[in-house]
Amino acid sequence: MTAIEISAAIKAKKLTVLQVVEDYLKKIKEQNDVTNAFLYVAHEQALARAAEVQAQIDTGELDDSPLAGVPIGIKDNISTMGIETSCASKMLEGYTPVFNAFVIDKLEAAGMIILGKLNMDEFAMGGSSETGIKGAVRNPWDTARVAGGSSGGSAAVVASDLVPLALGTDTGGSIRQPCAFCGVTGIKPTYGAVSRYGAVAFASSLDQIGPIGGNIDDCAALLSVISGKDERDNTSVIDKPFAFGDSTDVKGMKIGIPRNYFSNGIDDEVKNAVLSAARTLEEQGVIIDEFDMPMLDYVVHVYYIIACAEASSNLARFDGIKYGYRSKNAETLAQVYRLSRSEGFGLEVKRRIMLGSFVLSSGYYDAYYKKAMQVRAIIKDEYSKLFQKYDMIISPVAQSTAYKIGENIDDPVKMYMNDLYTASVNLAGLPAAVLPCGFDAAGLPIGFQLIGDAFSEDKLVTAARAFQSVTDYHTKKAGGNNS
Amino acid sequence: MKIDKALIDYLEELSCLSLSEEEKIRLTGDLESILAAMDKLNELDTVGFQERNHPFDGVNSFREDIVLPSLERELVLQNAPQRNAEAFVVPKTVE
Repeated sequence: MTAIEISAAIKAKKLTVLQVVEDYLKKIKEQNDVTNAFLYVAHEQALARAAEVQAQIDTGELDDSPLAGVPIGIKDNISTMGIETSCASKMLEGYTPVFNAFVIDKLEAAGMIILGKLNMDEFAMGGSSETGIKGAVRNPWDTARVAGGSSGGSAAVVASDLVPLALGTDTGGSIRQPCAFCGVTGIKPTYGAVSRYGAVAFASSLDQIGPIGGNIDDCAALLSVISGKDERDNTSVIDKPFAFGDSTDVKGMKIGIPRNYFSNGIDDEVKNAVLSAARTLEEQGVIIDEFDMPMLDYVVHVYYIIACAEASSNLARFDGIKYGYRSKNAETLAQVYRLSRSEGFGLEVKRRIMLGSFVLSSGYYDAYYKKAMQVRAIIKDEYSKLFQKYDMIISPVAQSTAYKIGENIDDPVKMYMNDLYTASVNLAGLPAAVLPCGFDAAGLPIGFQLIGDAFSEDKLVTAARAFQSVTDYHTKKAGGNNS
Repeated sequence: MKIDKALIDYLEELSCLSLSEEEKIRLTGDLESILAAMDKLNELDTVGFQERNHPFDGVNSFREDIVLPSLERELVLQNAPQRNAEAFVVPKTVE
């Protein structure tokens, strides 16, 4: 059942909220060891909430919420009051927020029930969900492989049906690449469409929270719930939440295909599946046109300079004083800061803080950080020109399907190149939907993304719905251990 | 570019970290290869381009100056690694 169908069945009294919640909790208990996707299961809280939500549904209070009674998993970098939020880091192990992120308040008001917190790369820094303190998330399609990252837990739980919906965050591809690797649907919203209040900051000018689900309608429903203006996030700029219709009409829409995205290094199977997805949309009346995106070669470089610069500043707050890990070996205040950070952060986080400190330091600022900000402007301008011509752009998400756990972990440059097709979307603040579009010979899922102009989520959802109305890739579920 | 020991020590200071010798060796190599890759940006002529530090052009967003409640002290102290009844506790900072 889809998330929307679960809610409808509850409202029609065919199911109770408690039955749904207990059913999922049971599956999580039995199967979480397969993927290691849940870091924390909020068993007691979920059962208590189920009773509350059932009462609200019974009185008709939640009649307008298409997701009332639906369980959800939350990436562990989104603050949940009373539920541990560790960012998969030793630095925040045991940290229990005393406030909710904006998105958590919103989904609770819509009658959704949090089942627990989901594994990820430490502080969302990675593309494979291998760097967290509790170990790698395993891909439910082949447990020897990564689930992608950094929202690997969020994609893996949806793929293995341990929850119908999940929240992830996307700074350079962290919703889209795991969705592609796990064969599920997701949306990276326009920057400013969803409040970042309560999301643990990695790179503030790039971070955005978004939905991951089994199909586009479930994701769109969740995006409607979590989007909207929040006084506490000055960059949340939309006046009211998105309202998506049910259109599948794509006739006359113009979609551009960046020719050079398909030339170097991409696996043939991925290339063919994405091009075939474009043809599927063409058959429904979309006009496809090819173009070149020369800036592709510079995206990853710009992204890592800017993301690391912002991360080095954002992570300065972890000093062992007000919350988080404090070193037992510190005797002076200076040692509290330095030793707590050194013992609390993992290697990838330290690498990015060091790199960020470098590109911002006197003598190197102009050559790296300033240069990257200028190239960011060029990338943004290129997209603006493209959207005068096209309604959206179709692109691969990754060059390959999910790779083996441990395969890239010792080569940061290779790992960073994972973000080749995704990071420019964050640099320009644009929305993108990721959809499953095939499987490789080994049976691993392939995904593609539709990238739209700022705040054109409605068009993206329409095109995604049109695609899923004539394909069934999104209905396939991973069976657990396929290896 | 070449990352020497003095630069690694300086970055360690800026980053407020104390790295082990093993980490220093590892990160020296990593930073060298990452920065070598970053140098690709020098191929682009960016003269005249205004730096962009944000996806959208900023518009100042003003709001009324209204006093709202803050988190209660006990809540704020709940996650402290070391505390007393009313404050965070840190090592002595003055002689």
